[in-house]
Amino acid sequence: MAEFSTLEEAVAACVRDGDALAMEGFTHLIPHAAAHEVMRQGRTGLTLIRMTPDIIYDQMIGMGCASRVVFSWGGNPGVGSLHRLRDAIEQSWPNPIGVEEHSHAAMANAYDAGAAGLPCAVFRGYRGAELVRVNPNIKAVVCPFSGEELAAVPAINADVAVVHAQKASKKGDILFEGIVGVQKEAVLGAKRSIITVEEIVDDFADSGPNAVILPHWTIGHIVHVPGGAHPSYAHGYYDRDNAFYKEWDAIAKDRDGFRAWMEEHVMQGSAEDFARHRPKRTKRKRR
Amino acid sequence: MSDYTPNEMMSVTAARALSGNDVCFVGIGLPSEAANLARLTHAPDLTLIYESGTLGTQPKVLPLSIGDGELCETALTTVPVPEMFRYWLQGGRVTVGFLGAAQLDCFGNINTTVIGDYDAPKVRLPGGGGAPEIAISCGEIFIVMRQSKRSLVERLDFVTSLGHGMGGNDRAERFGVTTKGPSRLITDLCVMEPDPETKAFTVTSLHPGVTREQVIENTGWEALFADEMPETPAPLAKELKALRALKKRTEKAHG
Repeated sequence: MAEFSTLEEAVAACVRDGDALAMEGFTHLIPHAAAHEVMRQGRTGLTLIRMTPDIIYDQMIGMGCASRVVFSWGGNPGVGSLHRLRDAIEQSWPNPIGVEEHSHAAMANAYDAGAAGLPCAVFRGYRGAELVRVNPNIKAVVCPFSGEELAAVPAINADVAVVHAQKASKKGDILFEGIVGVQKEAVLGAKRSIITVEEIVDDFADSGPNAVILPHWTIGHIVHVPGGAHPSYAHGYYDRDNAFYKEWDAIAKDRDGFRAWMEEHVMQGSAEDFARHRPKRTKRKRR
Repeated sequence: MSDYTPNEMMSVTAARALSGNDVCFVGIGLPSEAANLARLTHAPDLTLIYESGTLGTQPKVLPLSIGDGELCETALTTVPVPEMFRYWLQGGRVTVGFLGAAQLDCFGNINTTVIGDYDAPKVRLPGGGGAPEIAISCGEIFIVMRQSKRSLVERLDFVTSLGHGMGGNDRAERFGVTTKGPSRLITDLCVMEPDPETKAFTVTSLHPGVTREQVIENTGWEALFADEMPETPAPLAKELKALRALKKRTEKAHG
């Protein structure tokens, strides 16, 4: 049942050392403010699940929160490498990290299976792909009807799903708009959940009949964090900060520079810092 | 002295490979540049799909990421990511997958995962993303990349995405994949197409001013040339104008 709380309370209540976390958002609605709080509370030994680790997991890995990462594309989109992810895999800094690597199709299907209560996902994939050799969680099954061999991967059921959304109603229902990624699947498949939102409204009367909504009885904690997806974006509220994604390349390149930046901007920061990333006017003009 | 760069020659040639009837699954970077140039020039009806779930998108600037808001705002519709991979890609509704590569072999197999050993990589690259299934589920695959001995290699360090496997009918026989696979490679020097029998990439046109020696020097496998070697048509002024305007708008938008 949905419970409104502060970010400190939500993370303290939901996230434990050694948990498997799925902090999702496909480029859009990435829950950065929540990740900062997980780092401030010093969680370690986490399994970090995300299709695209992006800056959010680059930061958490570099701060030593993770012992394992499950992903399908680990770059800084359009910019280059995630230097902290690379340093962890290539040089075991700040600690060795286990890798479970998939394709996007596999992870999307695995989230879908997790939400559907199935033990695994079945799809036509990985043919001729070498990940099959290095990832023991990629297996094959034979269709009992056609005889076709298909790929199978385990369902994703995280201990905690953490996502950012545009709106929560006062009752605790959640509304997502725009690129909706695998957020709904991640939350429905997880044991516990934290949803940060741009705003809390009376109801969703102005949304269409097919809006993407998670009912309050599927939600754990809800936290009001305006701007909480920055440098990712919230459709209808603020744009992706592409300039910051480019700047991150230099910030994360060097270990000491990275730690200094994190200390100043994250470890000494708070959830309220994110509000400045959100323009005063809530409706951005369309180009 | 020509009035366009090798990169512009590459993007214009790659764009021309697409037609208005295509439904194209677009990779980020050079493929995205080529696909949008096609849409802005000779193929306004071209349908572009990005793996973030955006169907029929018409961005005014090139997205930096695969999920920029611009893609969603200008799309016909945006579907959840599992639906994108299940109904649209796996469902066989995409005619062309347009990919880039860090390493490519002569049979169009692609590596974007690691340089060196997988368990102790010299360089950890981003990985496959959507490519392993794009490579097998789209009607055919076009690849666009700058060529050098480091990128066009004799042997891949890791096979991220299947091309023609070991060549010939390996793709169908060993892996049961019935789609056409890599059918065109567009580089900054030339266009290559697979030999009908062996499926090894063969140069079928040289860009204006490019020599066979240049291609040989920048190919990690023994370069093959078709019997007839036409010159790739040079970019038209209107294509260059559209490409440069697109890149200028993009630069301004991303700061």
